[in-house]
Amino acid sequence: MTTGVETNSSDNNAASPGEWDLILRSRKGLLDLQLDKLWTYRDLIYLLVRRDFVSFYKQTILGPLWYIIQPLLSTFVFTIVFGRIARIPTDGVPPFLFYFCGTVIWNYYSNSMQQISNTFIANAGIFGKVYFPRLVAPISTTIINVAQLVIQFALFSFFYGYYFWQGASFSVQPQLLLIPVLVLQTMLLSLGVGTIVSSLTTRYRDLAFAVPFTLQLWMYATPVVYPLSQIPPAWVDLYMLNPMASIVETLRHILFQTGLPEAKHLAISWGITIVLLGIGVVQFAKTEKDAMDRV
Amino acid sequence: MSHTVIEFENVWKEYRLGTLGHGTLYRDLQSWWARLRGKEDPNALIGDVERDPSSADRFWALQDLNFSVQEGDVLGIVGKNGAGKSTLLKILSRVTLPTRGEIRIKGRCASLLEIGTGFHPELTGRENIYLNGAILGMNRAEIDRKLDEIIAFSGIEQFIDTPVKRYSSGMYVRLAFAVAAHLDPEILVVDEVLAVGDFEFQAKCLDKMRSASQSGRTVLFVSHNLQAVTNLCTRAILLQKGRMIMNDDVQSVLRHYVQNIGSEGGQIIWGEDGPSSPEVRIERIRMLRENGLVSSEFPFEERIGVEITFRVLMPRVFFPTIHIKNLDGVACIASTNFPAMSVTPDPAYNTRLEVGLHRTMVWIPSHFMMDGDYLLDVVMAVTPGIRGGAYAEDALKFTVADSIELRTQYSLTTGGMVMPRLDWRTEPISEAEALSKAISEASA
Repeated sequence: MTTGVETNSSDNNAASPGEWDLILRSRKGLLDLQLDKLWTYRDLIYLLVRRDFVSFYKQTILGPLWYIIQPLLSTFVFTIVFGRIARIPTDGVPPFLFYFCGTVIWNYYSNSMQQISNTFIANAGIFGKVYFPRLVAPISTTIINVAQLVIQFALFSFFYGYYFWQGASFSVQPQLLLIPVLVLQTMLLSLGVGTIVSSLTTRYRDLAFAVPFTLQLWMYATPVVYPLSQIPPAWVDLYMLNPMASIVETLRHILFQTGLPEAKHLAISWGITIVLLGIGVVQFAKTEKDAMDRV
Repeated sequence: MSHTVIEFENVWKEYRLGTLGHGTLYRDLQSWWARLRGKEDPNALIGDVERDPSSADRFWALQDLNFSVQEGDVLGIVGKNGAGKSTLLKILSRVTLPTRGEIRIKGRCASLLEIGTGFHPELTGRENIYLNGAILGMNRAEIDRKLDEIIAFSGIEQFIDTPVKRYSSGMYVRLAFAVAAHLDPEILVVDEVLAVGDFEFQAKCLDKMRSASQSGRTVLFVSHNLQAVTNLCTRAILLQKGRMIMNDDVQSVLRHYVQNIGSEGGQIIWGEDGPSSPEVRIERIRMLRENGLVSSEFPFEERIGVEITFRVLMPRVFFPTIHIKNLDGVACIASTNFPAMSVTPDPAYNTRLEVGLHRTMVWIPSHFMMDGDYLLDVVMAVTPGIRGGAYAEDALKFTVADSIELRTQYSLTTGGMVMPRLDWRTEPISEAEALSKAISEASA
């Protein structure tokens, strides 16, 4: 090892820039994302996911049960409030299944985004001590939330199978295999929006209070408690600028063969997701450099 | 033959003091909107105070550092609290970036700012080795390879599959250091690790660092333990208020440091510039003889008084604490105003002090401290631990003089840090008495 370094230095003159492995300087004019570093830290992502998973199960007695109770409760509330009282139509889908599938995918997005938006504050202890690519933290957050999604989706599948067996008016299609693509898009979207918000909340701490409230409003701008068919046709193009709208609606189409969003809406949704992810990653890289001086 | 592995060039680091208040978002938007329209920023500071480094809400933690470290150097970094040591390490650990200037590093650099970072109490020792190792930059294959060595080094083989929440703090530290010690970087940055763990383990850690340096690695070592710095380091730099005031071989730097820390006149009066926290400010510290006079020299046969004058800024319960260290940095006495540490409990113990000036007085018994030179730290802690609150490190230097009485009775250096008067008795006993005692003890 030592000889290698020595050869290297005798080849270069002391002033040559290539000689140094690392140069630390002020962040001005630096747009250095270092995404390649993420790959070298992939084991850390895996271990952080594992840590959160294991500790969650060890700490709470209800652990995995909690994942199930939460969506069931909101589904019951939605079924009563929006289905029975407000009588909002569900495109002919059994209301319970309709709200359940919307709740599950929305909760995944909302939990993941909210946790990511808190990255710098929640990890201040570690970030203040050791360097590693900070993007590792939000990525592992979004992955650990997939575990929760999978459990909830398994529960959903049980009811889905039951209703199908009872002869509900939908069929089970091979398109079900496309669901992971929707989950991937939701992951990327929560990562994009979450990292943007996390960059803002480190600077403006009070914004953190606005996050849950905004998510609440966002849910009502997404076809979670009502179908897309309730939106007046003139408004649909505008409505579909919300990338989550296409995700939820496509999921329902795959499950229940209800209205499929147009191709252009799918494209817009993906486009916005990618753009937000891009902005998020760049903002995050900028913020991580001096975030620890602020938190 | 050696060559440079770390180079600091005009490194400055600025911190903003205080927190950013509410409405900053609004103000930032306002400034942004004004700039957009090509108008003057309504929030710009008059006279552009921002350029002035002495501006009140800014603080230069490091000022114009220039030095280089050669391969194989073991460099000690010494200085009082607030001299910039931690900031320097934070920059080297890439936790934060310099405001100006640059640092060039050659080789893999690992830092142990605080060992055990990311340890999770619910995970077992083995699981935490992997997690902690990954946080410090090792991959799984690397940890797999070193796992046995790490476990053996930690010396807690039998508990390795127990959740670390059941560990004693000593075991926790052993495991954490074991992981860190096996990083095998070309440059190792160490901070205060030796302040924890038992004696035997500290020796083990020092050995590990020494062998790292002997195998050509570069070590940067920050510690208050001057003894450890002397033993381990070849060179040292001395920081004072963010500036490097010395960069030389370790002996000369430590000599200079020891000679120049601590005020010698037996008192230090800061007033409003005293060490402070949001809750309290230490304004004056005096050391008093039994006759009430301020002094920095105390006869062995006399009590030593320490008077702390402080201003309470927020009503709170305080825990005044003193530390007395010898010039090697080894703590000899640590005492807090607890009933268990008092001759008679302080009536003001555990009462909330109102805003304003207060005074705490503490007396160290006579016939107790060995003759020699000492440094006094004063902490006005706000929690029963000694964390938080105002901290006056190396505030005063004082001497306990060896007494004539002592010198006539013995001439050897006995070692030991304190020499309290003990109850000594020697007497002749008869053979029968010894025998009956042995019998009664055996039958008991």
